[in-house]
Amino acid sequence: MSKWFATICTVFLCLVAGAGASLADTYEAIKKRGKIVVGVKADYRPWGYRDPSGELVGLEIDMAKDLADTLAVDLELVPVVGSNRMEFLNQEKIDIIIATMGDNMKRRKVVTMIEPNYYAGGTNIIASKAAGFENWTDLKNQKICGIQGAYYNRRVLQLYKIDLVAFKGVPEAVNALQQGSCVGFVYDNTWIEKTLAEGGEWEAYEMPFETEDPSVWAIGVRHEDADSPFGLMVKGKVADWHRTGWLLEHEQKWGIKRSPFLVEMNEALKTRAK
Amino acid sequence: MEAIWSWFEWLYEAHGVNLSIFYDSLDRDRFFFGLLTTIRLSLICIVASVVIGVVGAWLQTSRFKWTSRLVQGYIQFFRNTPPLVQLYFFFFAIGGVLPKVPDASGHMVPPIGNFTWAAISLSFFAGAFNVEIFRAGIEAVPKSTSEAAEALGYTRLQSYIYIILPLAFRVCLPSLNNNLVNLVKTTTLAYVIAVPELLYVSSQIWSDQFNVREMMNVLLFTYVGLVAVLVFMMHRWEKTLKIPGYGR
Repeated sequence: MSKWFATICTVFLCLVAGAGASLADTYEAIKKRGKIVVGVKADYRPWGYRDPSGELVGLEIDMAKDLADTLAVDLELVPVVGSNRMEFLNQEKIDIIIATMGDNMKRRKVVTMIEPNYYAGGTNIIASKAAGFENWTDLKNQKICGIQGAYYNRRVLQLYKIDLVAFKGVPEAVNALQQGSCVGFVYDNTWIEKTLAEGGEWEAYEMPFETEDPSVWAIGVRHEDADSPFGLMVKGKVADWHRTGWLLEHEQKWGIKRSPFLVEMNEALKTRAK
Repeated sequence: MEAIWSWFEWLYEAHGVNLSIFYDSLDRDRFFFGLLTTIRLSLICIVASVVIGVVGAWLQTSRFKWTSRLVQGYIQFFRNTPPLVQLYFFFFAIGGVLPKVPDASGHMVPPIGNFTWAAISLSFFAGAFNVEIFRAGIEAVPKSTSEAAEALGYTRLQSYIYIILPLAFRVCLPSLNNNLVNLVKTTTLAYVIAVPELLYVSSQIWSDQFNVREMMNVLLFTYVGLVAVLVFMMHRWEKTLKIPGYGR
């Protein structure tokens, strides 16, 4: 009995000690491991999605690659969704989040948002032209598809009293929209613009409203990395991407509409560097 | 009432225990609507799956070959596929090809909504198990009993309803109990087709409030409570059906 107890205690102590050790410097840990684990989206074209061969590609994947190159380590991509990415980070399943994450005060309590922000998007809906929506208030009590865990859900629920039907990922929500289970899909305007530009089966759809609630996107790291070498390195990298026009270049590469935010950031940081 | 709500707000501010489902009116409405949806879905599925079980077991003992084969095929289909896959299948594969109908505001919508699909899919899933459970109960009734009923002039259906089923019920209640408890817990799967049941609303709430730990506890205790009520009622039922010397 006492032997058992001792064993259990030892195991428990090891677990506690192990957890403590891994809380040390993320930079050291990544170097030692020889690889950085990045949480990315797998269903958000063109930021992070799977190409026909199943490979994860997109603008944010390029960012992750560039980060890994800078650190001279290998890159491991872990697909995350809105409702689990911050938990993954804090459970140390991933080292960093680059997954179209909107930056807000509530989230800042849970993870550290890297400044400068790397993008800005807003909320809009995609709906069939036949639905004839003109105003956000037209959505009252209408079934609108959405994504579980999106930051704007609460706002549109409270403001416009929509009947939100939230799915786990984009493919399910898009399918539900196309089969008519909901009359619109509330999502980020950048995705909607990109999707509508594809034409084809999307000809009959539109983005009927003014984009609302602009929100900046940020890379997320754990709180203890706020001022650690790793955190500072990522901050420098993002500033660099803005200053050198890397983000503008890649925005174009992935066919995203020129974002005023990126142009503004590029101007501001370029002049400051002089 | 207001005092209770604000106590939870104090609890959050003073101790960091964020039970927003009590002090935040949006979260409160969402959560209790979710609780109601889970109860509604569970009740519908329990009744429907028991009916499917009783009818299925009756058809299985039928003299016609094809009816029992049909029931066998149904059992194999629903018992051999995961309930999660069934839900996806019904909602996305079947729901997508059904002809659309206009709703109250003139939008073209599928004739069957996600709640109904969940109710159908889960009832058939649990029903498949119930058929087998009832069959086990029926087979436990001595052959001589049904022969006696026949000798007294009962038709097959009459002897099934008045003699065999009441006896079989007592035998299969414990396993029926098990399956219905499982069914209540399986309703959480309806989350994947966006039925606003408990797990769905909780995930909405913890995504907004970041109170994952608190909501996980709330969820767990809510299900313990829900299942406890069901088990209590089933045990009461078992007691009222009791015949001395026959079953529990």
